[in-house]
Amino acid sequence: MYSEKVMEHFMNPRHVGEISDADGVGTEGNPVCGDIMRIYLKVDEEDKITDIKFKTFGCGAAIATSDMVCEMVLGKTLDEAMQVTNAVVAEALDGLPPNKMHCSNLAADALHKAIEDLKSRRQKRKAESS
Amino acid sequence: MLRVYLDHAATTPVRPEVVEEMLPYFTEKFGNPSSIYRIGWENRSVLDDARDRIAAQLAADSSEIIFTSGGSEADNLAIKGYALANQKRGKHIITTSVEHHAVLDTAKYMEKLGFEVTFLPVDEYGLVSPKQLAEAIRPDTILVSIMYANNEVGTIMPIKELAKVAREARVAFHTDAVQAGGSLSLDVQDLGVDMLSLSAHKFYGPKGVGLLYVRKGIRLDPLIHGGGQERRRRAGTENVPGIVGMAKALELANAEREENMRRITALRDKLILGLRDRIPEIKLNGHPTQRLPNNVNISIKYIEGESLLLNLDMKGIAASSGSACTSGSLEPSHVLLAMGVPHEIAHGSLRLTLGRETTEEEIDYVLAELPPIVEKLRAMSPLYQE
Ligand SMILES: Cc1ncc(COP(=O)(O)O)c(C=O)c1O
Repeated sequence: MYSEKVMEHFMNPRHVGEISDADGVGTEGNPVCGDIMRIYLKVDEEDKITDIKFKTFGCGAAIATSDMVCEMVLGKTLDEAMQVTNAVVAEALDGLPPNKMHCSNLAADALHKAIEDLKSRRQKRKAESS
Repeated sequence: MLRVYLDHAATTPVRPEVVEEMLPYFTEKFGNPSSIYRIGWENRSVLDDARDRIAAQLAADSSEIIFTSGGSEADNLAIKGYALANQKRGKHIITTSVEHHAVLDTAKYMEKLGFEVTFLPVDEYGLVSPKQLAEAIRPDTILVSIMYANNEVGTIMPIKELAKVAREARVAFHTDAVQAGGSLSLDVQDLGVDMLSLSAHKFYGPKGVGLLYVRKGIRLDPLIHGGGQERRRRAGTENVPGIVGMAKALELANAEREENMRRITALRDKLILGLRDRIPEIKLNGHPTQRLPNNVNISIKYIEGESLLLNLDMKGIAASSGSACTSGSLEPSHVLLAMGVPHEIAHGSLRLTLGRETTEEEIDYVLAELPPIVEKLRAMSPLYQE
């Protein structure tokens, strides 16, 4: 039911973990089916993503999309990362079963939340220092 | 790699002895039992013989057996057929919140047709009590349908006591015994039930064949109209090979039942204890002792069922789960939720159901392979160590 690519990312995810001094953390969940995805990221001075990790509670699709979104944006700028959508992630995995497209395809949303978190932390720091 | 099938509650392989008995009825003995020439009427006797053999296994009379296309049809026939034929006496039906969808969805459909249905809640083990049933029966109650054993958590209902409550209130009592077939006594006199559903593929018979036992005097409307087969209660040319196979499978299952159950119960308990020893933070779902001999259902905290099943499949282990992703809907198992299991823990449920060919080596294999999978998935989970 899953593509080979999904199974590969699901069985051997390369980006599992946490970043203790992350610049941004984003959590997205589906309250109905219960999936939870959390993305941690770090950037350099040019806003390039230098490290990204995830933790996910969910089905094969939830874990594979989490790993894939990390892979797709590592080394990219935050602006580029904001362009990545759930649909793009699913496509990069050679597609997902139709019933998984909605409930378990939230990894890009979690990534965007992590980026928003990073930006709001920045703003807070700016406000505090000025 | 070992191939370990631990999903016998889903279906079982057909026993070779059963296949052998079925085979002639596909080819040289292909006649229609309703035809008047030899190859036809010979199969009428074959059918009668299979019916007698099955009736004997249930302590029933042959005229009380209606062959169906399986458990789902038997459940539908019991509920729709009885309710429609008896609606003049009342339009209230009682069932439970943990039934198989074949009963649950049929009951919901009856609501659409203007019947009222009470879905009895269950306790933390998945049980309803005779007292609960007695309190739910009303003057307009015509039918009670309560499963003998639960297909997800294996909990065995006190059917004898429940049927007694219904009988004393003069309400018909149906039990979905699909999961009990081959594991528990199916003596309908001792159980005191009016109707009982069985499905052959759960006890090493073929798929697509089952039966409804209907006590003499119980009136049913047919669901399938057409020819006069099954005493006009179920039209359609009989599935002769399937019915012959079911008869053989039921005889074999009952003959070996006690010995098999003793062996399987021991393996089941080894599996439960072994998992408890090896995996922290797991919970046994269902009743600790009042459960099917072959059923293990555990919730593994912090992980989700489908990812567990996929990892097990990679190790050659076939199992099932009550997680939303595997239930076919977005919701986790209605059975676990009805038992008060929280959503996120219901997602992490794993059902392992043993069978007559399950070996100790296979149980040891699962005990070796499952803990590292759980560890791997927990390491990925944002819920773990929080
Ligand atoms: C308790 C119960 N009832 C009914 C059914 C349906 O039986 P069948 O698959 O033969 O239609 C099943 C099987 O999944 C079951 O476990």
